[in-house]
Amino acid sequence: MIETIQSFFRELAQTHPKWNFIFFYEPSQWARVVSGLAVTIELSVACVALSLIIGIVGAWAQGARSPFLRWLTQGYIQLFRNTPPMIQLLFFYFALGQFTPAIIGADGWTEEPVISNIGWAIVSLSFFAGAFNVEIFRAGIEAIPQTTKEACEALGMNRLQTYAYVVLPLALRVSLPALNNNLVNLVKTTTQAIAIAVPELLYQMVSIWNDYASAQNAAMTVLFATYILLVGALAFAMNRWERALYIPGFGGGR
Amino acid sequence: MSDNSPWKAGQPIVSIKNVRKSYGSIEVLKGISLDIMKGDVVCIIGPSGSGKSTLIRCINALADIQDGSITVEGQEVHDPKLDKLALRRKVGMVFQQYNLFPHKTALQNVMMAPVKVLGQPKQEVEARARSLLKKVRLEGKENAYPGELSGGQQQRVAIARSLAMQPDVMLFDEVTAALDPETVKEVLVTIKELAADGMTCILVTHEMGFAREVADHIYFTDLGVIVEHGPPSTFFDNAQDPRTKAFLGQIL
Repeated sequence: MIETIQSFFRELAQTHPKWNFIFFYEPSQWARVVSGLAVTIELSVACVALSLIIGIVGAWAQGARSPFLRWLTQGYIQLFRNTPPMIQLLFFYFALGQFTPAIIGADGWTEEPVISNIGWAIVSLSFFAGAFNVEIFRAGIEAIPQTTKEACEALGMNRLQTYAYVVLPLALRVSLPALNNNLVNLVKTTTQAIAIAVPELLYQMVSIWNDYASAQNAAMTVLFATYILLVGALAFAMNRWERALYIPGFGGGR
Repeated sequence: MSDNSPWKAGQPIVSIKNVRKSYGSIEVLKGISLDIMKGDVVCIIGPSGSGKSTLIRCINALADIQDGSITVEGQEVHDPKLDKLALRRKVGMVFQQYNLFPHKTALQNVMMAPVKVLGQPKQEVEARARSLLKKVRLEGKENAYPGELSGGQQQRVAIARSLAMQPDVMLFDEVTAALDPETVKEVLVTIKELAADGMTCILVTHEMGFAREVADHIYFTDLGVIVEHGPPSTFFDNAQDPRTKAFLGQIL
């Protein structure tokens, strides 16, 4: 089976020199694609999770009593929402990266930074998407009527209980469609990590076509197809989640 | 009443003394005083904007006051050091718009506060919740979501939810105002049964027939003061103040 596929693409490259799917018949190139995809998935999962946490914490801080905390959150949102994610990546890696300590390797002379470029990409992209998530969750939280929160108060719930058991579960349902959009965007934005040499899928594909110019069209085709599948899977999961959380008489229908 | 509050039977369970409250520069309560004894059913009536709802919201500290004092079982409600959980355990409240939790079933709505707030064992709370839903005639609706229930059914879930905290006093804030005339009755029957069981009830209501039938005492408020009060028979048939007469003349 695998041999049939390999020989098909090997032949295709010979008959159509502009369509050299080299990674489909050269195991060493295939390994680069697979490792790139693994890093892309790692980046995506980590950034989605972290940006959600930032979104929840930020939405909470926006409603905090401390004016300093509210001001800080607002400043964070403005800064990260209104600047390009590529510049943020470069800033985190090259500017902040200088100030984080490095660990001297076992050989005594190699320096390994505590936060790798993948680490910085996760931090940077999470803060970028997190700024949008804060606003998305805030909109969801503000959609919950004051009277519902009053009912919680009258039942003896404190602010934390009110949020944990009532406001957030409802706000989540309101937020999901907008959240869906932002997370889809986030997954696509992980390709910008190429700027700080994170070996994700785009980086590997570009490397391949730099090594084999004939693989350019093939690599781009595979990039498009992979992202359609990846983002499609995410959107599908989010829609399923939305439907699973559906409650009669609240929000949109099925 | 398990705590060591200074309150003793024979004293008013809720005592409101010279309460003043303003929203900004508008004074909505201008020195209100009234005492409510345990087991009493008290109706507060009056035109819109007369401060009725504000008054009962002050009793469980949903709204604060600027002057005067409110005590529940001898405890000052507007003491900054007040344990609000202890107060809200004693004072249940039902709202005009039901305010159920739409993502929880009727049973879960009733169970939430006793389990999550009071930390009572789930099985025990569930048994109590089921019997409360039965009491408000919602047997079989335990697993329905609020969105699947009629207004009157939702309001009865809200009453059961409040009762699940085993309060000593119940506040009802125009609980039938959002209902159609047919479902008003089913909610009023529930409240009437509650009153018959000896629950202390404070109601803000526009249901004059209900007030006359169920209340031990009626207070008529207008422009932030109590204009007139008395037992229903004297209040409805023998009102003295011209404002009371005008109000009753409009609605009876």
